[in-house]
Amino acid sequence: MTALETLVWTTVCRIDDLAPERGAAALLGADQVALFRLLDGRVLAVQQHDPFSDAYVISRGIVGSRKVDDVEVPTVASPMYKQVFDLTTGRCLDVAGKTPARDLPTDLRTWPVRVRDGIVEVGS
Amino acid sequence: MNQHLVVVGGGMVAQRLVEALRDRDTAGTWRITVLAEEPRRPYDRVALTSYFSGRDADDLALGDPELWSDPLVTLVRDDAVTHLDRDAKTVTTAHGRTEHYDHLVLATGSSAWVPPIEGTDLPGVFVYRTVDDVAELRGYVEKLSEDRVVKGAVLGGGLLGLEAAGALQAMGARTTVLQVGTHLMSTQVDLGGGEALRRLINQLGVGVRLNAMTTKIRAHRRGGVGRLDLADGGRVDADVVVIAAGIRPRDELGRASGLAIGERGGVVVDDTCLTSDPDVSAVGEVACIQGATIGLVAPGYAMAEIAADRLLGGTSSFPGADTATKLKLSGVDVASFGDAFGQTPGALEIVWADPVGGVYKKLVMSDDARTLLGGVLVGDASAYSSLRPMLGRELPGDPAAFLLPEGGGAGAPELELPDDAAVCSCNNVSAGTIRGAVTEHGCTDLGAVKACTKAGTSCGSCLPLVKKLVTTELTAQGIEVSTALCEHFALSRAQLYDAVRVSGVSSFTQVIERFGTRAEGRGCDICRPTVASILATTSPAHVLEGERATLQDTNDHVMANLQKDGSYSVVPRIAGGEVTPEGLIAIGEVAKDFGLYTKITGGQRIDMFGARIDQLPLIWQRLVDAGFESGHAYGKSLRTVKSCVGSTWCRFGVQDSVALAVMLELRYRGLRSPHKIKLGVSGCARECAEARGKDVGVIATDKGWNVYVGGNGGFTPRHAQLLAEDLDTETLVRTIDRFLLYYVRTADRLQRTAPWIDDVEGGLDGVRAVVLEDSLGIAADLDEQMAQHVVEYEDEWRATLEDPEKLRRFASFVNAPDTPDPSLAYVPERGQSRPATADERGDARPTPHHEPVLVAGARLEVRS
Repeated sequence: MTALETLVWTTVCRIDDLAPERGAAALLGADQVALFRLLDGRVLAVQQHDPFSDAYVISRGIVGSRKVDDVEVPTVASPMYKQVFDLTTGRCLDVAGKTPARDLPTDLRTWPVRVRDGIVEVGS
Repeated sequence: MNQHLVVVGGGMVAQRLVEALRDRDTAGTWRITVLAEEPRRPYDRVALTSYFSGRDADDLALGDPELWSDPLVTLVRDDAVTHLDRDAKTVTTAHGRTEHYDHLVLATGSSAWVPPIEGTDLPGVFVYRTVDDVAELRGYVEKLSEDRVVKGAVLGGGLLGLEAAGALQAMGARTTVLQVGTHLMSTQVDLGGGEALRRLINQLGVGVRLNAMTTKIRAHRRGGVGRLDLADGGRVDADVVVIAAGIRPRDELGRASGLAIGERGGVVVDDTCLTSDPDVSAVGEVACIQGATIGLVAPGYAMAEIAADRLLGGTSSFPGADTATKLKLSGVDVASFGDAFGQTPGALEIVWADPVGGVYKKLVMSDDARTLLGGVLVGDASAYSSLRPMLGRELPGDPAAFLLPEGGGAGAPELELPDDAAVCSCNNVSAGTIRGAVTEHGCTDLGAVKACTKAGTSCGSCLPLVKKLVTTELTAQGIEVSTALCEHFALSRAQLYDAVRVSGVSSFTQVIERFGTRAEGRGCDICRPTVASILATTSPAHVLEGERATLQDTNDHVMANLQKDGSYSVVPRIAGGEVTPEGLIAIGEVAKDFGLYTKITGGQRIDMFGARIDQLPLIWQRLVDAGFESGHAYGKSLRTVKSCVGSTWCRFGVQDSVALAVMLELRYRGLRSPHKIKLGVSGCARECAEARGKDVGVIATDKGWNVYVGGNGGFTPRHAQLLAEDLDTETLVRTIDRFLLYYVRTADRLQRTAPWIDDVEGGLDGVRAVVLEDSLGIAADLDEQMAQHVVEYEDEWRATLEDPEKLRRFASFVNAPDTPDPSLAYVPERGQSRPATADERGDARPTPHHEPVLVAGARLEVRS
């Protein structure tokens, strides 16, 4: 837990700025981050860059869920070529028959998110 | 030097012979000359009736047209062979062409037999054999129909006579069939079946007179035929007469050259299709094989295959004719196969008859009631495709179970076809070959199996069985053929549509709670857009309304088309392709001001590329102000109604195609569907709008509109098929309304209309029955649903611009709404801009795990 204390929390937006089950992009310094607010109030952040299409589009994907090892995990599907990612870990669950552009990793980077007093903060 | 094969005749069997030979003769040992009397390529004569209304003989094209471009194949059309010199081994044609042959195949077929009675030469007396016969008959009936109800008579109550009667009836003639014998289709069906058939034919409005021998055809005083006199003293008034009294083999060449001729005509051949001259074969209807000529295409195809095999040194021989037949007449189901008359010694007949329902079914079984020998099915021939391949084999369980209507009793046991059972007799494809297409050739759907094996590509009657075999085999292979939408719904799209419509639920959460596989599931990129599409027609609301917004693909969510770099393209509606100069200027100015790449689409409108998500509302404010609305280029919905310029300007146009196209596009705009829908309207038969390449194609006629359905371009191009003809505009619109909504309700996800028509109950005939005859009793419901769609349509872009909540979705970044996406980079090309390639960007594109570098460089233009 000591590692967490070294995080810098950046205020991004109000929770009300995020529509449930629909992503939104945010700028975190030079990084583009895709934020997702789930029905249960959780907010998750993964990279906005889609490694398969090499475009910054992940926030525009469809949010859903998938049973992984008997656990229902929240997912997003890339709007470009429909790869499915676990929003909690960034892991690519379905490469949909494609390989990433430029030998990029298939999984998405994630950021910790917390919501305090209705304000969404991303740690980095 | 290769040898020369000359084929006399250019019908279906000749086509099959050439196809089979070219298929197998990879070394090119034979070059082939086909001498055809008709002025066109071989066509599907069996389908004459089902396509009789098609204006274009191309509809009846057989096989791959590339066959006729093969350098080893020469097709000579419109030139009949008049002389055969077997000593010189030459044939001579009417136009004086002489061909020397190494081997000759007679495939001259047969001609309609015209009984020797007075008056058969009168105008208005027709035979029913070729495309030209049918075209002339049609022209004659149409002309008479201008001032009265035409009375038609058909001499002959066999297969062809009934098809001719159906064709006459469809042209609006009041028709009577005159059968010399005791019952209809007496060659195929027994008395009981004939009686059931008569009732069915009567129900179509066609009269039937049995034991009716025509003795004279009398002229009307106006000219042309007027009346028939019968042997029993009766009379039948008729303005048009079709003679379908039987066929006679075209064996003149064989007779004149001294080949052995059968007792009842036909050139005698042995089981290898050789005539009494070893350099001459005969195939098809002209051949007298095993003592008889056979007027069916399947045995003809079998002979063609044998002749081809023998020419290449093979050893195949004729196994005996498969005389199974099925009547191709809408609304009348008749099939006959094997020993239909129970002539095998000791044969048992099992009969099930329902005179009220017009059903008569009979199975002929061996004396121990186990082996299927034949059968007659009238009124309900659904068991035909699965029973016919079981001929000569033991049926599992009680044979009576196969005769009972579905749902009655325990039902028929599942038939497990042996691998050598013939499934498609037109193309001689066995059950094993079909299974092999799945197991060895990796076919995973019906279309692939058809392409791979040719099964079901001729008459199509075996398709239900082929589909069943493919499904069974796929399941056995462990390939998922479940119709379940995805892991969240066990229902197919059509089932889910019904469930949602009937239950009236109107949100995704309700839908997944009631019909999903598990309550905690939140859907996926498959079921969410599907539910959005279903709800769009069951409970219409704006695409961004509440929870609906979370179901949309990004295209529907931002009402634009996502492009490869993450920017979008914008397409305003240009209904029917009609646009004012002011409209063009407005689009041009928008594109110029926002630096968009512009391109004309295939659907007669303008696409503007390279719009950032945050620019979309600004672009659309300008477009809406200029009078444009969403073109739904992004939706699984109506795209465009393409039109030619029509009668307003065109010298040849017969109807105002643009006005109709605009009206249809405005009627169906925004209609969400399983896949995109495209329409086309042509103002005359020249078809400049390419309407038959559309899901719904409308082509003007002198009398109204013909409507075609199920066309598409793309990966598997399909021509639309005729649904109905000469409709007035009101009927046309109602027909398209129902067609589209029936499709919307019952198609699979991402299934376009062509494969849907293949799959839906009853195929095209089934669709026609639902749409035109309301066979499911849902027409009023469909009409009301479309009326609601038309009333409730609103431009979703205008509505979005008026709602600040919805506009918030278009921010580039939630914490920096005015900062454009820095990753987008463009370079100039041919006077416009396009996305920079990875090379042009160099390493400029930031990757998440590396230090970001901003896009820059002398050659790059970054738009703000």
